[in-house]
Amino acid sequence: MASKTSGKTLAEKIWLEHTVRSAEGEPDLLYVDLHLIHEVTSAQAFDGLRLASRKVRRPDLTIATEDHNTPTLNIDLPIADPVSKLQVDTLRNNCAEFGVRIHSLGDIDQGIVHVVGPQLGLTQPGMTIVCGDSHTSTHGAFGALAFGIGTSEVEHVLATQTLPLVRPKTMALNVEGELQPGVTAKDLILAVIAQIGTGGGQGYVIEYRGSAIRALSMEGRMTVCNMSIEAGARAGLVAPDETTFAYIKAKPHAPHDWDAALAYWNTLFTDADAKYDLEITINANELAPFVTWGTNPAQGVPLNSVVPDPALITDIEERGAAERALLYMDLKAGMPLKNIAIDTVFLGSCTNGRIEDLRNAAAILEGKKIASTLRMLVVPGSARVRLQAEAEGLDQVFIEAGAEWRNAGCSMCLGMNPDQLAPGERAASTSNRNFEGRQGKGGRTHLVSPQVAAATALRGRLSSPADL
Amino acid sequence: MDKFVTHTGTGVPLRRSNVDTDQIIPAVYLKRVTRSGYEDGLFAAWRKNPEFVLNNESFKKGTILVAGADFGTGSSREHAVWALQNYGFKVVISPRFADIFRGNSGKGGLLTIILPQDQVEALWDVIEAEPTMQIEVNLEKRRVSYKSVSLPFDIDDYTRWRLMEGLDDIGLTLKQTDSIDAFEKRRPTIKPATQPAQ
Ligand code: SF4
Repeated sequence: MASKTSGKTLAEKIWLEHTVRSAEGEPDLLYVDLHLIHEVTSAQAFDGLRLASRKVRRPDLTIATEDHNTPTLNIDLPIADPVSKLQVDTLRNNCAEFGVRIHSLGDIDQGIVHVVGPQLGLTQPGMTIVCGDSHTSTHGAFGALAFGIGTSEVEHVLATQTLPLVRPKTMALNVEGELQPGVTAKDLILAVIAQIGTGGGQGYVIEYRGSAIRALSMEGRMTVCNMSIEAGARAGLVAPDETTFAYIKAKPHAPHDWDAALAYWNTLFTDADAKYDLEITINANELAPFVTWGTNPAQGVPLNSVVPDPALITDIEERGAAERALLYMDLKAGMPLKNIAIDTVFLGSCTNGRIEDLRNAAAILEGKKIASTLRMLVVPGSARVRLQAEAEGLDQVFIEAGAEWRNAGCSMCLGMNPDQLAPGERAASTSNRNFEGRQGKGGRTHLVSPQVAAATALRGRLSSPADL
Repeated sequence: MDKFVTHTGTGVPLRRSNVDTDQIIPAVYLKRVTRSGYEDGLFAAWRKNPEFVLNNESFKKGTILVAGADFGTGSSREHAVWALQNYGFKVVISPRFADIFRGNSGKGGLLTIILPQDQVEALWDVIEAEPTMQIEVNLEKRRVSYKSVSLPFDIDDYTRWRLMEGLDDIGLTLKQTDSIDAFEKRRPTIKPATQPAQ
């Protein structure tokens, strides 16, 4: 993001507007508009404040929720796991001591931190948003500059409401054309990551542009931005438009002075004469339902194809990684992906745990039964998503199909709570990481869209809705 | 973070190279929710051995750890620095440090000093012969002195300045409080708050 005399990209505009101080040879000091916190990465930060007798500079720009290791069953009982309980209790005490608003287990606004921010209307265009969690990139869907930070940085933001940061580079990712029926935002981002690799976005803020992005709902844009981090990017970004404004309008924290907000939000676009450090174009018309076969999110292919042959990969590093992945995943090159039998279907996470995701899956499951050979876990992204789904009768669709209807949280996305895969168990998961052991020690993960998850649950093997 | 200009204390000879952060503080001690109290985990595996240097009464009060080359390799855990500090160490001397450990030390206010292998070995010998010997570390003059010996060491100006001023990253930013106040005054009022301002 070198300074230019010509037009500016959206990321540059937001950056400049939040620069508190800029000095030659030093990182810029950037102001933070919203700081989201949760139980796993905040404890040492608060303790650091306490040791240095510092306070939280802006509790009114800080909000906490419990999500990473909270149980999704029996949430009215004390948390059974002692480490989880200690972390949750510590967060509650810290928030009470430092005056931070918290949404605890059982509260209507509890849920995954990246679902809660947008649903409260706290995530708005042109903001800077940070959280001690890498998937903070989700909030970029609103045209906000949002990124994950470490615990020392959490402490820094609590104490100063700023962060010293080096300016990232900018990338335009143009997705032109139209997604075919049955192809979703999840398939789009999995295809993007497969193309540019897990390091392809390193050092960049990726701005998603083009007709296929404009046509996405806010939920879809959040799914895309959420997984920017899986391509190594610092953040993902979509310029705000009518879709964004309509989404925010009815939310509890929507601006009181709507016209003033709108006037500002309408300035948030990349100037026609602005230059990106890198531009990539993808044809939306050619995309198909996508699935990962390996142990990183870039190891994905269209669901209609076969497990790739590592011998055909020219890059030695990548070939080795593919060989190891196939070994871990217990798959053979050349095997059709649709032959792969699944033990567990997980529908949820900050990638695909929103109301639209549940609706899309329920529409496929309605009136049908999931295969007797598998279990399906449906975990809404937040307590409000759960209530909304129940109001629409989606819970009944899931339960009648034979799925388990759970309480909100991260759940099996990272298996910090009791929702885990057993060793060797194979999952089709709507989450974002298929790393070895991510969903439970020895567990095997195939990343999919909610639609593919539902179709797979019905057939017992990886399937797309078109196969039904 | 406390200011560090000079420090005088006794040494602890750790005759080992490649001391990784898993040895400094094993993973089982990372479950805490605080930034203090890690002293029990420091070198936990080695301390089970009665022969280990920290179990020797003569060295229990030492504040200057003198270790072999490649100290602090492995995992990036900041807990390694906290554990050394919680135990009471102010300075670690080694012929070579792992980058991340050295960076974390600078952030936390633990001074790391690089001395050549032969000087480290000479230090080990004198400390073992005379555990109560006082060692003076002078950051301002960039020197380590004991008896009639005075050894110069290198440290970059920026880290030295930060340590001497007692400024961690947060302390540094807090020096810009005026700029932050000014920024907040011109910050658009349409931005949301999570709760009414206090
Ligand atoms: S749902 Fe998964 S990826 Fe998202 S915040 Fe929770 S653990 Fe992280």
